Amino acid sequence: MTNDILTQLTQVLQTGDATAVSDLTKLAIDQSIGTKIILDDGLIAGMNIVGERFKKHEIFLPDLLFSAKAFYAGLEHLKPLLLKEKIASPGKVVIGTVQGDQHDIGKNLVGIMLEGAGFEVVDLGKDVSPEQFVDAAVETNADVIGMSALLTTTMPVMKKVIDLATERKIKDQFKYIVGGAPLSDKFAKEIGADAYCFDTVSAVECVKGFVKGK
Amino acid sequence: MRPKLKFLDDELIHKITNEAYELLENVGIEIHNKSVISLLTDHGAKLSSDGKRVFLSHDLIQKALDSTPSSFKLYDTNGNETADLGGYNVHYTPGSCAIYFLDSESDEPRHAKTSDYLRYAKLMRKMEYIATQSTAFITNDVAEQISDSYRLYLSLLHCEKPIVTGAFTDNGFEVMKNLQLAVRGSAEALASKPVSVFSACPTAPLKWSDISSQNVVDCANAGIPVEFVAMPLTGFVAPITLTGTLVQHTVETLSGLVISQLTKPGAPVLWGGSPAVFDIRYETTPMGDIGTMMIDCGYNEIGKHFKIPTQAYIGLSDAKHLDAQAGFETSMGATLAALAGINNISGAGMLDFENLFSLEKLVLDNQICGMTHRMLKGIEPKEDFPSKSLFEELISEGHLLIADHTRKHIHDEIHFPSAVIDRANRSRYREEGGVTLKQRARKEIEQHIAEEMDECLTPEIRKELENIMLTEAKKNGMDSLPKII
Ligand code: B12
Repeated sequence: MTNDILTQLTQVLQTGDATAVSDLTKLAIDQSIGTKIILDDGLIAGMNIVGERFKKHEIFLPDLLFSAKAFYAGLEHLKPLLLKEKIASPGKVVIGTVQGDQHDIGKNLVGIMLEGAGFEVVDLGKDVSPEQFVDAAVETNADVIGMSALLTTTMPVMKKVIDLATERKIKDQFKYIVGGAPLSDKFAKEIGADAYCFDTVSAVECVKGFVKGK
Repeated sequence: MRPKLKFLDDELIHKITNEAYELLENVGIEIHNKSVISLLTDHGAKLSSDGKRVFLSHDLIQKALDSTPSSFKLYDTNGNETADLGGYNVHYTPGSCAIYFLDSESDEPRHAKTSDYLRYAKLMRKMEYIATQSTAFITNDVAEQISDSYRLYLSLLHCEKPIVTGAFTDNGFEVMKNLQLAVRGSAEALASKPVSVFSACPTAPLKWSDISSQNVVDCANAGIPVEFVAMPLTGFVAPITLTGTLVQHTVETLSGLVISQLTKPGAPVLWGGSPAVFDIRYETTPMGDIGTMMIDCGYNEIGKHFKIPTQAYIGLSDAKHLDAQAGFETSMGATLAALAGINNISGAGMLDFENLFSLEKLVLDNQICGMTHRMLKGIEPKEDFPSKSLFEELISEGHLLIADHTRKHIHDEIHFPSAVIDRANRSRYREEGGVTLKQRARKEIEQHIAEEMDECLTPEIRKELENIMLTEAKKNGMDSLPKII
């Protein structure tokens, strides 16, 4: 029975049917299937399948967004329980476009996809200063700082963020991921970031890797 | 007859523009610049209660439209007229601002150096079908913070053609303006003979950022022409339909027009853009998509309806190398744009979603532009009626190779491309080494660059440019500018 509900949950998640996901999550809670089990083996398991299919180009962005919406319809019911049972979120990412840069389309997409993969995302918007990045990461107790830059003139701001964290002796509290057209693996290494991600799929995989075993 | 292409009938143009007026008046534009908001409200525009959105009335828009010039001219660094942007005139420009440069040897993208930019600038002097240059790519041998102004510095120093460019930041704008003032000598001279066009981009949907709206104001004040570059992306930050995207493009561009014309009535502008069909499968903005090109041609018709000169990022490709995709996407775009009468067509040399610049492609694209220029001259009768004597000559001689009629008209009727385009039969092609397109393009590049060319500008002006740039470089941690060899 437990398995049935969870399997159904993963299936309806793939169709993006928010009402069905909401109903099934409630049912699972009523049947006292553990909160963490519903989250991991139902909702997140379903989103993992969706993510894999997206990566293989079997489904497209809008399909994935529908599933992510449905995921949140289910998560709403679990949230109070997760808090009560003190179950930590799978990971928290503070994300933003760096100071001087208006390009936020890529950053927004990455944020949406990370949420869809079950992570908590704190979106600081665009034109974000190094202080804002570091302060927000500390305040929200984030695991990862994600920075976006599409202009060659604004790339150096990324280094300033990491330098500021180093200066405040908190660099190692966070992982740093960066993305945007002018960046590269090499640049990420040079500024001391942990990873450069070229699209949403690589961003999600990267964050998953970082918070594993947390 | 000049061949013309149209996608929109008058009724649809009216529907789109009326819808745009409606949206500007009732949904408004979000503006992140206090002085621009004041400029608009001082002229009667309404402000939303949260102070962020500005609503523009039809009257205000009409006033802006009435003062917008229907054409303007660009002049080279020596002050000679180079391009007349208006009507159905067509001028090409290379794509702008690439981050990477396609290495000729390895055929792989890499960061460009000053020496690459000098080759580009020299080559541009010889691209006879590409009227204006652009600050085509950035080099990474200077501090990133000055990468926008440094391109303009190199362009002004090494190629006389007027320049399509843009500032990345407020400070970038000041430096770039000062470089141009140094070339022209005074603010009045710069305003009366513009040497550049600056791009200014609204943010989809219906927004102007602080920097970009300030750019519009600063350009209007300095008399520097602006190209409005709205980038609605279909089905993502714009409606999925091409018509809906055109409505959004019209709203965003009209709002820029109002900012510019209220700042300075008569300020020269281009009704431009770089919209794209968003490819949801790859999360990219393909410039080579047919829908993208149709939107470009469509908004050009709306610009023409308003009697404003037009611009588009079209005639470029998303391919990563100089391959068949690069050729077909570029020529498809360049042909459509020429037929549509887009006045300034930006794209030559560009690959990979405006990220990668190739000199080999520039040389090929120059040929594409040449062919479209021929096409635009159309099919015109030239001593073709009556034709009896010409046919009698043909029948008696067996050919017209040396006929007067042929000699008189061969060059205005027939367009001969350069050796970049393969026209040899197979045996001759083999005999000449069986060289590929890329090799032929390279050969042409080297030939052009090896030519002796006069220095641009006077030594005094060159020195002044250097001083301005050096000051900026020093502010950003550099001791000197890269050596120019
Ligand atoms: C759309 C666009 C704009 C829009 C942005 C709207 C918005 N809300 O973001 C507007 C019109 C506002 C704009 C403005 C300008 N732009 Co612009 N713009 C583009 C364009 C065409 C597409 C960018 C885009 O959205 N792509 C689609 C998204 C989905 O892809 P993406 O951003 O690359 O993001 C993906 C990955 O990079 C990665 N990623 C991105 N961020 C992050 C962050 C993290 C944490 C991770 C893990 C991953 C990640 O994942 C994303 C999803 O796949 C690019 C060209 C290009 N092909 O990149 C030029 C481009 C970036 N712009 C450019 C320029 C020059 C400008 C302007 C300066 C022009 C001007 N003179 O006014 C202004 C900038 C003003 C400013 N200070 O910011 C240049 C930059 C050149 C350079 N050398 O730096 C480019 C390359 C175009 C060009 N060749 O001219 N632009």
